[in-house]
Amino acid sequence: MLYDVAIIGGGIIGCAIARELSRYAVRVVLVDKECEVGFGTSKSNSGIIHAGHHSPAETLKGRLVVEGNRAFPKLAEELGFGFERVGEIVVARDPGELPALERLKTLGESKGVPGLELWDRDRLLREEPNLSPRLAGGLYAPTAGVINPYECCFNLIRNARMNGVELLVESPIVGIDRRDGFLSLKTPRQLLHARYVINAAGVGAAKVAAMLGLHDFTIQLRKGEEYMLDKRMKGVVRHIIFPVPSAKSKGTLVIPTFDGTIMVGPTAEDVDDYDISTSDAGAKAVFDFVRTLVPSLHARDTIAEFAGLRAVSNTNDFIIGPTAVPGFINVAGIQSPGLTAAPAIGRYVCDILRDEGLSLVERDDFEPRVEPIPRFSALSMDDKRARIAADPASAHIVCRCEEVTESEVVAAIDQGARTLDGLKFRVRAGMGRCQGGFCTWRCMQLLSERLGLPIEAITKRGGDSWLVIPRLEDEPTEEAPR
Amino acid sequence: MSEVQKMVCIGCPIGCQLEVEHLAGPDDAWRIAGYACKKGKTYAVEESTDPRRMVATTVAIDGAAWQRLPVRTAMPIPKDQVLALCRRLHAVRVRSPIAMGDVVLADALGTGVDVIATRSL
Amino acid sequence: MITRTPRSRYDVVVVGAGPAGLAAALGAREAGAEHVLMVDREPEPGGILQQCIHTGFGLHTFEDELTGPEFAERFIDRLTERGADLLLDSFILDGAPREGAVQVIGRDVGAARVEYGSLVLAMGCRERTRGALRIPGARPAGVYTAGLAQKMVNMMGVLPGRRVVILGSGDIGLIMARRLVLEGVEVLGVYEILPYSSGLNRNIAQCLNDFDIPLHLSTTVTRVGGRDRVEWVEVCPVDEALQPVAGARRERIPCDTLLLSVGLIPENELSQRIGARLDLVTRGPVVDSTLMTSVDGVFACGNVLHVHDLVDWVAEEAMRAGRFAAEHALGRPRPRDSVRLVPGQNVRYTVPHTISPDRDQVVMFRVAKPIERATVVAVAVGEEREQPVVSKKIRYAFPAEMMRLELSQADLDRVDAETLRIDVVERPKKKKRKEGGS
Repeated sequence: MLYDVAIIGGGIIGCAIARELSRYAVRVVLVDKECEVGFGTSKSNSGIIHAGHHSPAETLKGRLVVEGNRAFPKLAEELGFGFERVGEIVVARDPGELPALERLKTLGESKGVPGLELWDRDRLLREEPNLSPRLAGGLYAPTAGVINPYECCFNLIRNARMNGVELLVESPIVGIDRRDGFLSLKTPRQLLHARYVINAAGVGAAKVAAMLGLHDFTIQLRKGEEYMLDKRMKGVVRHIIFPVPSAKSKGTLVIPTFDGTIMVGPTAEDVDDYDISTSDAGAKAVFDFVRTLVPSLHARDTIAEFAGLRAVSNTNDFIIGPTAVPGFINVAGIQSPGLTAAPAIGRYVCDILRDEGLSLVERDDFEPRVEPIPRFSALSMDDKRARIAADPASAHIVCRCEEVTESEVVAAIDQGARTLDGLKFRVRAGMGRCQGGFCTWRCMQLLSERLGLPIEAITKRGGDSWLVIPRLEDEPTEEAPR
Repeated sequence: MSEVQKMVCIGCPIGCQLEVEHLAGPDDAWRIAGYACKKGKTYAVEESTDPRRMVATTVAIDGAAWQRLPVRTAMPIPKDQVLALCRRLHAVRVRSPIAMGDVVLADALGTGVDVIATRSL
Repeated sequence: MITRTPRSRYDVVVVGAGPAGLAAALGAREAGAEHVLMVDREPEPGGILQQCIHTGFGLHTFEDELTGPEFAERFIDRLTERGADLLLDSFILDGAPREGAVQVIGRDVGAARVEYGSLVLAMGCRERTRGALRIPGARPAGVYTAGLAQKMVNMMGVLPGRRVVILGSGDIGLIMARRLVLEGVEVLGVYEILPYSSGLNRNIAQCLNDFDIPLHLSTTVTRVGGRDRVEWVEVCPVDEALQPVAGARRERIPCDTLLLSVGLIPENELSQRIGARLDLVTRGPVVDSTLMTSVDGVFACGNVLHVHDLVDWVAEEAMRAGRFAAEHALGRPRPRDSVRLVPGQNVRYTVPHTISPDRDQVVMFRVAKPIERATVVAVAVGEEREQPVVSKKIRYAFPAEMMRLELSQADLDRVDAETLRIDVVERPKKKKRKEGGS
């Protein structure tokens, strides 16, 4: 079978490209090495949809971010994932930083970022009373928003699959060969052939390109640690709070996530190897810094911490375009504002494919919408009752901390969750205060039953992340005498 | 010369720190210090001469809501038989319904002590 | 007892059918409440006791050392005899205390609104997590709380791993150390951040010493390593401030499982949702001498009120709460709480928060540090002066064991103040030791 397009990498970029391509009558396959899409950098992402005034207009980043931001409301509505335009404020920590805010405003306006406003200290503290009184002022951007990046990935690929895209998970690419008019991708278990290959392999993009002898760019891994705070802190800020950015990163932020938990971070530390560990030094750096923005935040309010790796290209910009190998297209170095730019990158890549000779004819049966399963916990009491009347499995709570029903867990498994993390990121089971202490056993049982696997075959997130081992039994068992 | 043994009494949650000495001489005499009640005195001698433990573990059960049936020894057994008993119980499999108190292994390892179910399943 | 169709109204509704819930329901029935309902999210009653298959329960209640399931069965039998309704696989979504109703959902019941004369909160507690401890490092599979591992071994019939390190010398961790050894799993050691164990001495003896499992005090886990599954943990000695000693050698211990036994937290989400005020130290509701919370008609008992160690005292407290809940539902007069109860010297907290001089009272408290040769003193604190009212000598007092002080009405008559403070002071060492022979 010859695919028109094979996408290597199912992060937010790969999924966005897949969904965009699914509008057209082309055969597409998306291949990812993890057990779920989005389980690389995308799920560790801050989840911010940037307003777009941070990136210079002459960069590819800068050109695609505003278009991406504009696409999110419609995308969220069509695909049923959460998106809230909470707005962002870049704050000046002293009067010396105020000129930087003015420059950002000018830059933003030149790129068409709407609604930018400079706020003085009084306005800043009126809008956000929990900010430090030492701050000198802020730049408000109303179009910035927050999403759950993994939810977006799941819904993008779900829609893409509804419209004919195939998905292969747990399939790392181990080799690529050039053929006459197409490329062959080797995974441990398959051989795939495609006319065009999109390299959206994130932190592995340089390695993938090297499989074809292409060395046009390098990828530096830059780790970011993030800290989730107790739900009690919800509302401590309403907008995303940024410091004035530096050359290396947008800085350490205070983020009111879509689910309401406050998240602080990320750090920015260049690493050589795949290292997604958090550290005491990282925690200290994050909390020392954010307390200068919001003094009431404290490390002891942490309920979870994690880290992810940014894929930073040697040009510090997105690298999107065809290569010396016909049909092989790089979409690499997608660090911030990659999440925001994703819908725009999807369209841009389609344009590139057209230029490279792929005929993109719109399907007349393209279904743009995904009906999401509304979260039980978000329903009103009346709606909860109605849901239970229609579906008794909705009356059984599996995750008590996040009020997740058996119905939602089973639906997630039917949609492709095969691991505990797959459930966690789809329906939040295990993400609450007890961090899975009470629901892990039931989730494992449901996975085992629905997937027809013995309980010891269930993993945390695929690969070697086994959870339990069977008992170390002795010889054949016998009936006990009564 | 006699040896002074230190031990923690496991008779109740207080966990008195005991000092136990088997006194040399014709009588079988002991010096015991640190106990708060007579259970400690009894424990001290038993632990020094014939240490015993209760064993609580599970056995496989078929046809029940859970995979395992909790069981325990009806009385304490010699301490040095504890791990052997657990290994022996790995080979025991029962079928539901089981009543609390049912014997799942009689005269375990020849100790004269039965292993009984601690719940109905 | 098990029902699929609860009534629309009960005298007493109990949230939870674990040891506290069962005892509260029994207490309510024995005090004359005709219709009592327990609601539990599990498919069977008994709560956490069903996975506590070890012996040691019931020393005070039954003068015996039963396993958890056996202890639960005693109460289930008594309750079945007395009669009560039990709704399993069900969950209380919300409460409307002003209307005296709760919203229940469950597999059998669907969604139902149940009214009550009084409500007893008996939801128990949850375990402290790695996230709350902020142990940095990777996030591989294989980091579990001890209670989850206990469920895996004793009910699911699987093992959490092959080479286990346990952080926290609380009783649950000690019990699991022994349990895993009995199942052929290698337990490499128990690490405790404090300079003393938070578990009972008897458990150190029969769970660790019996199996030569080392206990490392003043040491904590500072990092977890491993990509998909735990491969090692890093441990480090700590100082008096419980911080890693600067420059100390951190040891990497190869293992595949880390169990956490580092504290229990009362589960008071429902309590807060219905407006009950919480005590920041116990993390449970503020209650009066009838164990009623700040919400009229809502009572609390067991681990949800404050973390207990002995199920005997859970049951005793819960029976009282059930009795008071029944009396409230039946419209019987309430005692007058005119005295505030506060923790004093060496005492971390006291429960209840107010007491009444009209009847005998039971005060529960924990000391802040281990004290040998302790004297517990109840001190009436007036505006002008303080006066000790009750003084009781005890052999040992340690934080790991919750303590009880019974105050008779005669004792309370002597309290001529608005505040009663509980102090625990150390007595000087005596020269002579108690000795005995056989």
